[in-house]
Amino acid sequence: MVEKYIQKIYIFLIFLFLYAPIAVLIIFSFNDSRLQGTWDGFTLNWYRELFKSREIMKSLYYTISIAIFSSIISTIIGTLSAIGIYNMKSFRKKIILNINYLPVLNPDIVTGIALMTLFIFIKIRLGFMTLLLSHITFSIPYVILAVLPKLKQLPKDISEAAMDLGATPFYAFRKIILPEISPGIVTGALIAFTLSIDDFVISFFTTGSGISNLSITIYSMARRGIDPKINALSTLMFLSVLILMLIINKRTSKKMNEEV
Amino acid sequence: MKRIAAYPYIFWSVIFIVLPLILVFLYGITIEDYSSPLGLKFSLENFYRFLEPVYLNVLWRSILLAVISTIMCLIIGYPFSFILSKLSIKKRNTYILLVIIPMWMNFLLRTYAWMSILGKKGIINNLLRSIGLPALDLLYNDGAVILGMVYNFLPFMILPIYTVLIKMDKNILEAAEDLGANKFKVFLKVIFPLSLPGVISGITMVFMPAVSTFVISKLLGGGQYWLIGNLVEEQFLRINDWHFGSTIALVLMIIILFAMAILSKYEDKEEGGAGLW
Repeated sequence: MVEKYIQKIYIFLIFLFLYAPIAVLIIFSFNDSRLQGTWDGFTLNWYRELFKSREIMKSLYYTISIAIFSSIISTIIGTLSAIGIYNMKSFRKKIILNINYLPVLNPDIVTGIALMTLFIFIKIRLGFMTLLLSHITFSIPYVILAVLPKLKQLPKDISEAAMDLGATPFYAFRKIILPEISPGIVTGALIAFTLSIDDFVISFFTTGSGISNLSITIYSMARRGIDPKINALSTLMFLSVLILMLIINKRTSKKMNEEV
Repeated sequence: MKRIAAYPYIFWSVIFIVLPLILVFLYGITIEDYSSPLGLKFSLENFYRFLEPVYLNVLWRSILLAVISTIMCLIIGYPFSFILSKLSIKKRNTYILLVIIPMWMNFLLRTYAWMSILGKKGIINNLLRSIGLPALDLLYNDGAVILGMVYNFLPFMILPIYTVLIKMDKNILEAAEDLGANKFKVFLKVIFPLSLPGVISGITMVFMPAVSTFVISKLLGGGQYWLIGNLVEEQFLRINDWHFGSTIALVLMIIILFAMAILSKYEDKEEGGAGLW
């Protein structure tokens, strides 16, 4: 009995730790004072200011467009290469898989400076393009790692069976393989999208003047001094993530119930 | 035939993964020399420079703080995963979702929120002042940086351990109990050894970002607080000495390779590859 009680308190404390900063951000987004420590009454002013802030809106725009483009491109390249890698002989397969692990295992900062060095070395101007290229580069390995296990689960020779029955290779791919591995592809795309939205370190090194995503804007703001507009922004972002997660969670649990 | 599907990526990875690392390596083992045709000269000078006490101290501190944070994540995270794994499926799914949700919020925002909790005029100090206690210096020190690391990386410890624990065969635990082991012994002799793969991927996933961070140390440690990540950033973005910056990056990679080599000795060979979740 006592043990149960201690466990409950422990769980509570961990969640308190995990959510305390989020709660602080949300509460102070409604605070009339510029200072974080003192409460001067309720206001929606920071939300109004937020939408008027060109700097924040521009970086929101870059964040989302980079995330969409990079996740689409890396999902396509990643899925194709997962299929290619899956069909390779073991030696080559090993080499490519090891290269694929490099961006996963390397610290962000090393990937960031390495890409920056490359871009400056081959004289591409740092900006939107280099930001996009780096996001694609660090996303593809995760897509491959999400798709490969699904390919391994495929029954052997399934596409050959389809082709024996008269399907063209492309038709077999589209009608047999693609639907079977689609959960892996969706997971890969989601990982790529969230990685891109959340990335700071690699973006910080590979972007040029004028182009900054939300992380970079937040970083520069946080160092200048705490700005309540960021609190308003983070509240909105948190709410949208929360709603999205709840919907996904409800849908999957509904699906699970239907299957049972 | 289908192998062709991987060719675009082979091309891509050579340009954007292999080539950049080769460049960093080249910069790391050379210095500027305008008399030679490439403007570079092979030299290990920067490695010697790194051996100066100033830099070695930064290196030592980075490793120390990362190790402390990793151990704290393990001490806090393991019991948490263990308690969660014993709950009913519905409950534990909800709880694990609650662990993941904060990770979906920009980590800079969350770290920055700690500044307003710990700061001189922050929430904790306001509380202390309101009950008549003196304010504490909570921000811009080792403690704040460790707190920031534990806060940011704790889920990376909880998730892999949790995944291993819920997959554990309950029959083995019952067998151990039937054979007369008490709860403590079952944990020590059966559960913990079986959960080691999760513990090890947790340790890797916490240690690596912790040792290379420059953001947490900059925000919570203040401007003058340096870790090895800050050194790299400074060399590349402010001082513009890419050669020395690359050398430090190489040192960072060596540390991580070294740590992973040690850890992989204990890893479950059958699993193959570090599971990310």
